Amino acid sequence: MAETVEFELVSPERLVISEPVEMVIVPGAEGDFGALPRHAPMITAVRPGVIDVYQGGKVSQRIFVAGGFVEVTETRVTMLAEEAMKVGDLVADEVEARVKASKDAIDAADGEAARQLAQRSLAVALAMKDALISKKAH
Amino acid sequence: MASLKDLRLRINSVKSTRKITSAMKMVAASKLRRAQSAAEAARPYAQRMERMLGALAGSLAGQAGAPRMLSGTGSEAVQLVVVVTSDRGLCGGFNGSIVRQSRIFVNDLLRQGKTVKLLLVGRKGRDQLKRDFGALYLDTYENIGKRGVSFAEANSIATRINLMFAENQFDVCTIIYNRFKSAIAQEVTRQQLVPFPVPAVAADAKADSAKALYEYEPSEEAILDELLPRNLAIQVFRALLESNASEQGARMTAMDNATRNAGDMINSLTIRYNRTRQAQITKELIEIISGAEAL
Repeated sequence: MAETVEFELVSPERLVISEPVEMVIVPGAEGDFGALPRHAPMITAVRPGVIDVYQGGKVSQRIFVAGGFVEVTETRVTMLAEEAMKVGDLVADEVEARVKASKDAIDAADGEAARQLAQRSLAVALAMKDALISKKAH
Repeated sequence: MASLKDLRLRINSVKSTRKITSAMKMVAASKLRRAQSAAEAARPYAQRMERMLGALAGSLAGQAGAPRMLSGTGSEAVQLVVVVTSDRGLCGGFNGSIVRQSRIFVNDLLRQGKTVKLLLVGRKGRDQLKRDFGALYLDTYENIGKRGVSFAEANSIATRINLMFAENQFDVCTIIYNRFKSAIAQEVTRQQLVPFPVPAVAADAKADSAKALYEYEPSEEAILDELLPRNLAIQVFRALLESNASEQGARMTAMDNATRNAGDMINSLTIRYNRTRQAQITKELIEIISGAEAL
């Protein structure tokens, strides 16, 4: 069996995944990167997007995360996600509703900080939409 | 002396009270189990967050330009206090002890000449503190954790705090809540959220990170800037979860006591009822016999 890295995905509410995997592709803040065993230690911000988990040379799971942080060490990858769900569980209508709600929030926002917040949630919703499209393509 | 009928009514009313309290106890017990497992499920995230924060803070320690959320604003003049209570009563001293502690704490701050702002979570605390500190209320939250505490709820409170901090509306933020010790014991806990005290693990993590030497992307400061507001949300979330579990535990204990007291009451009332009944029968017999003798 190939060398593996301990992958943990935690959302505030629970531990979503904790298992040894061959590789994970993470949408880092400054570009996607793959974390293999014996990766140099790093801590990176993650933008909203899809994490691909590789098992046996192919993608075994695809998980949407709404941003967060990832800590990579030689033996483990720990992802702290703000929100996480399987790409397969995304529902088109709900995603559309979320995009719309965030757009409304931007219009309604008063003050710079509130507007930035709404823009972030729009970014999450749009990334979700992209994930949905890529699901159909797969 | 109470008539037989009065006693009977009394016994029946206490019996129905006992039914209600024992049902409430059972509901609280099952909610407690759920609240406890929710609190446990949230633990891994908090632990890992702490580890990451420790590593980051360790590598930034001693450097100038640490984020304000870590180093503070350099003043303590405006204090934001978040008080977490429950929406419903009938849970023993749960809300009372929180309110008492908050009152002491806020009065203390006021005496030191500080400006205090209050954020209230839960209807009970809001009502009980209103008379003294109504003028200091910024906002109140209700119906938090009605169907189990969700992170979204905690996040909305944390976002509010973050926005206020970004706009310099306060210097120090403290949260007061009941920490869950066991089903029968809660502990009123006061925790400082802003500026965030670096967790104790930081010291170990420092030694660790010296070994590991993390790479940061984008930069340490940028990550910390993101991580600290997140951490705030996590701390609020944890407080809400703890408070929710404590509330259910307190209610379970209170209702258990109430059920037991009702049982005792029924026993003593039943004895009184029987004695009164016997006395009455004896009295009637004596009347009949003495009537017959007189003939």
